[in-house]
Amino acid sequence: MTTAVTVDARVLRDLLATMWRIRAFEEQVGALKRADEVHGLIHLSIGGEGVAAAVCRQLRDDDAVYSGHRAHGHAVAKGAPLDRTMAELMGRDGGLCQGMGGSMHLVDVAHGFLGATGVVGGNIPLALGSALAAKQRGTDVVAVVFFGDGAVQAGLFTESVNLATLWRLPVLLVCENNGFAEFTPRSAHTTVERVGDVVAPYPLPRQTVDGNEVADVWSAFSALLARARAGEGPALLECLTHRLRGHYEGDPDRYREAVSTEDWQRKDPILRLQRAGHDAGWLPAGEPAELEKRARAEVEDAVTWARSSPFPSAVPEELR
Amino acid sequence: MTDLTYAKAISTTIAQAMRADPDVFVLGEDVSAGGPFTTTAGLVEEFGAGRVIDTPISEAAICGVAVGAAQSGLRPVLEIMYVDFITLALDQLVNQAAKAHFMSGGQLSVPMVLRTQGGAGQRAGAQHSQSLEAWLTHVPGLTVVMPSGAADAAGLLASAIASPGPVVVVENKVLYFRREPVPDPVEPIPLGRAAVRRAGRDVTVVALSRMVGEALTAAEELATEGVEVEVIDPRTLVPLDLDTIVGSVRRTNRLVVAHEAVLHGGFGAEVAAAVQHAAFDDLDAPVERVGAPFQPIPLSPPLEDAYLPGAAGIRDAVLATLGRVPTSTL
Repeated sequence: MTTAVTVDARVLRDLLATMWRIRAFEEQVGALKRADEVHGLIHLSIGGEGVAAAVCRQLRDDDAVYSGHRAHGHAVAKGAPLDRTMAELMGRDGGLCQGMGGSMHLVDVAHGFLGATGVVGGNIPLALGSALAAKQRGTDVVAVVFFGDGAVQAGLFTESVNLATLWRLPVLLVCENNGFAEFTPRSAHTTVERVGDVVAPYPLPRQTVDGNEVADVWSAFSALLARARAGEGPALLECLTHRLRGHYEGDPDRYREAVSTEDWQRKDPILRLQRAGHDAGWLPAGEPAELEKRARAEVEDAVTWARSSPFPSAVPEELR
Repeated sequence: MTDLTYAKAISTTIAQAMRADPDVFVLGEDVSAGGPFTTTAGLVEEFGAGRVIDTPISEAAICGVAVGAAQSGLRPVLEIMYVDFITLALDQLVNQAAKAHFMSGGQLSVPMVLRTQGGAGQRAGAQHSQSLEAWLTHVPGLTVVMPSGAADAAGLLASAIASPGPVVVVENKVLYFRREPVPDPVEPIPLGRAAVRRAGRDVTVVALSRMVGEALTAAEELATEGVEVEVIDPRTLVPLDLDTIVGSVRRTNRLVVAHEAVLHGGFGAEVAAAVQHAAFDDLDAPVERVGAPFQPIPLSPPLEDAYLPGAAGIRDAVLATLGRVPTSTL
């Protein structure tokens, strides 16, 4: 809580609004999945919006962001329009990817969201490639890749950390450690509890923060981002977080203890930031409800727009 | 024209592309040293270590780096030293490179080249001698090129580097030090256009990579027996110039497909199926295929020699399409 006051109130207010947009969007996606209007394998990040918001809202459109299968929050925070994102999840022609990609393959090049990847760990070297391009061209562009703790046990992770440090690439590795790789706790996959410790031998700054304390994520990422922009190389930010939903929508979620309501009230990054804002005095009493209402209305509009977009009649000629 | 080896044709083409476009760069294992076959020799001296990048032995990651760099606008020429090691890079090649343009609705493009080499004949054993091109042709989104000589190695690579999508160039290790006149400067050869290497009226032989030379040897031998073989080199497997192949079969009414890869699940089956569908009524005999037996490649020299398909097998297959009992003299 104490760090919350060190981040500008305008920033925090923006992060709160962003988290509400993601929360409202994903709750609607969950409902539409149950109604069979949204298609495919759907992985929600509800409960983990703080990381997406605090990282992506510090980036520019020309910075590249890569995500994994749980990507909606990252795309939205990076600037992907809700209506075209929703249309993509619904397989519509007006979707970001003309209905060719879906939830696990969202791409919005205009906002530097270079893409979600459905293969765990497969996105990490792609970010290195974008970082290499930035470096080759002498720009201060950075690349950011989000991945879960499950990806850390993939060979690509270690190969990529080695390369990123060897070449001092402007890439930021953001691990969302929610303690579960699909249905299995981290303890069953590895003896190393903290992802930050996995990269200990490599010369890169590593920091582990409470991913549900948005201001902490912002502050930590801000410092690592400044280094990367200045050409000082890669960094790893481990955000300890929690996904409120199962691995995918429809997951019976029998492999872990349900979080009690009181516990969740304490952990929820949105509620925490609202309490902090109230305590610090930058968040007027009525504003949270207003932000939520605005976000839900925007999502409603997005759904209406997406429903009005037709299904594609064929795979576009230029994609064949 | 300059007389160049297949290997020198490759390094010459890469250098020409790097001079013309600052976005073209090379990465791979040992590339600044030229690699085991000298295909990147001399590049680091001209372009520096910033554009000729040695990588660790991390095929998966370096392939992903190439994909990401291409998505961000560069034109990487990635070397995977042996096609046998492409297994390690397949996730990035198959799930990322091949699909990015499609899955993003055309927003992303991946103008990368993955150069690798296959083929047996160097007593290298079963993990350094395979011909795995059929796997690659099974993945929509990849262009697959197999040059059979130095001029094609240059011209097809020039087109591959200029291509807007991912191209895999499968070279052949036995061909690297064979010489041939190559245009100077290198002229791009369009992808997807076959070359008729020898005209003939009796039997069409479609041969890939090293087997083109073997087919020409068989054709010379058969010509002395009064059999005129037409040898077609598809040059690119995807896209395949089926028109040229079918046009030839309509005249010869007989087809043999020859590759070094194992027959089972090999690219020859695809050619045979496509031709019988397009020209069923023109075929006077079943399509014959020539390839390696369905087993790993043995190390022992006499066994490897026996394993490798070549001119003798092509000659027998040609005679089989003519209904003659082969009595091989090759």
